[in-house]
Amino acid sequence: MTDATPKPKRKNPVARTRLPTLPPASRSRAALGLARAAAEGRFEMQACADCGAVQYPPREVCGSCLSERLDWREVANGGALIATTTLRHSNDPYFRERLPWRVGTVKMDAGPSVVAHVHEDCHEAGRVRLALKLDRSGQAVLHALPAEDTPNMNDSPQLRETHCDPKHRRVLVTDGRSTLGRAMVKALLDAGASTVFIGDPATWKADAGFDAFVASDPRIEPVALDVTDTDSVDRLAASIGAKVEILINTADHLRDGGVMNARDVGLARDAFDVNVLGLMRLAQAFGPTMCFRAADGTHGAVAWVNLLSIHALAALPARGAWSASKAAALSAALTLRAEFGGAGIRVMNVFPGPIDDEWEQLTPPPKLAPSAVAAAVVRGLRDGVEDLYVGDVAEELRARLRDNQKAVERELGG
Amino acid sequence: MSTAILAQFMAELLSGRIRLVDLTQTLTPEFPTIVLPPELGQAWPFRIEEISRYDERGPAWYWNNFSCSEHTGTHFDAPVHWVTGKDQPNNAVDSIPVDNFIAAACVIDVSAEAAKNPDFLLTIDFVEKWEEKHGRIPERSWVLLRTDWSKRSGAKEYLNMAEDGAHSPGPDAEVVPWLIRERHVHGFGTESIGTDAGQAHHLNPPYPCHYFMHGNNRYGLQCLTNLDQLPPQGALILAAPLKIRNGSGSPLRVLALTPHI
Ligand SMILES: [Zn+2]
Repeated sequence: MTDATPKPKRKNPVARTRLPTLPPASRSRAALGLARAAAEGRFEMQACADCGAVQYPPREVCGSCLSERLDWREVANGGALIATTTLRHSNDPYFRERLPWRVGTVKMDAGPSVVAHVHEDCHEAGRVRLALKLDRSGQAVLHALPAEDTPNMNDSPQLRETHCDPKHRRVLVTDGRSTLGRAMVKALLDAGASTVFIGDPATWKADAGFDAFVASDPRIEPVALDVTDTDSVDRLAASIGAKVEILINTADHLRDGGVMNARDVGLARDAFDVNVLGLMRLAQAFGPTMCFRAADGTHGAVAWVNLLSIHALAALPARGAWSASKAAALSAALTLRAEFGGAGIRVMNVFPGPIDDEWEQLTPPPKLAPSAVAAAVVRGLRDGVEDLYVGDVAEELRARLRDNQKAVERELGG
Repeated sequence: MSTAILAQFMAELLSGRIRLVDLTQTLTPEFPTIVLPPELGQAWPFRIEEISRYDERGPAWYWNNFSCSEHTGTHFDAPVHWVTGKDQPNNAVDSIPVDNFIAAACVIDVSAEAAKNPDFLLTIDFVEKWEEKHGRIPERSWVLLRTDWSKRSGAKEYLNMAEDGAHSPGPDAEVVPWLIRERHVHGFGTESIGTDAGQAHHLNPPYPCHYFMHGNNRYGLQCLTNLDQLPPQGALILAAPLKIRNGSGSPLRVLALTPHI
């Protein structure tokens, strides 16, 4: 059984902060198919369209019949652990710091035998579940997990290298006044976050409900934060930047209005200021310190979450300016992911469908409860995914965009 | 003759017998801007971004870009700001005759009343009582309402927002046309975020200070500070807005010349 990871001790202020190292990142282009599945938490392998063989590692041709007609398919993830070994030496700087490290061979029910990182609760010769996880380099790796969940399973040191569990971590929610922001804070507290800094863009607003919410848990720390004000962002980073281990950007500016069908660009400018420039201001103020602290103790800086929208991928003309800002935010987030890559900090982009809040009043159901989005974000952090589609509307649009982007375009425009 | 007066004025200024008082709030991102319902167009708050600071972006110089609305911080309201003033001649900041940027000021102290009641409204009766004590308001004079609102710390205190909107003092709907008709005032100035009271949308007409002052080609000043350093009568106000083409107002530096007491 895995020991629960203890709450981190207070840091020795005169000890050198360990710098992040990364596991080996080079992969063949074919192998990046695994990253696509792992990024969304799916388990896919290469399968031959001609002979049906499932193969691992991925290659350019089928290892059984040399066919080039290879698909990526969800396959059964069960298997038998046939051999394990525990590495006690490594020449790789990343693994050297994390020894001992358990690896093993799994004979998959789907066919291939694979080498995987093996969870400490897996029994030799026993049944295991395989999972594709993103490591700190952002590359897909196979982890063999116990067939059934075990206590504190997610606390295994090897598995912790793949996820961003908010437990015992300090989290900044950039806009905690919004319906979604509050739900996010609640979900993080329930998940065991040690502190949740809750950004308040409107400290002048009288709202007894908000004040009561802030007072409801001693782990909540309200902080003034307006992402449109560089000075406000910089000041906050100077005061709490070295404590933020997960940053969840919930700031949003959702208004109706198109591109031609708008009186002016005022609304668009406001949306871009919050959704795009706000993201950049936060990244410039908080990002470098988070990079520096990515390997700081057992609970270093680990993740950056952007609350985007499925309409970052498919414009909703009734909210054209806002959609454009979300698409731009997605593009900025992809650059941010590349920039955070060197430190191994995960950038998770969240693509929800419409959320049941005041600005979606006239949107017909189905709408997502803010608490459902918040729970999905926490789940995504625990699973270590980097792209999260939340709710039926988002998942359906996502699937249909892959199938026929033009059909989605025509329907959203109609 | 006038050359001699200007020389004497300068001498008085340098000797300290005439004192300059800055009535301007510092432009900062935190300084509150008027808040309208979120579905309406919003005035930009003050925002500032560094262009360079003796660094790789500009080695020997420091400068900033800033943005804000015409009605951010200590600012001037031109008649064209309100629909009632839209057809007045010379009603925008670029066309207002420059001599209107200098005028005398009467400072009516309602700070005690406002401390007790944030919704305090200035009435004709109150002004008449003030005149008994401090003299009749001269023609072409600013009427500045001293509420000590500028001493409130932080946006929450300053905006004083409740679920039914802002609560801050201002003039009532009768005193404004009376000041125009009976006293021929130059304009109205306040320490709070608007020339009208926080709850002025419930008056008849709504926002009477904007409605009547601008409808009669008069001006407004708001977010003033240091009014407690001015005498009830006798100060001169220099308030020249930026020359924005057809501008409805502008942030500005407001200076008062006062006899040293
Ligand atoms: Zn084959």
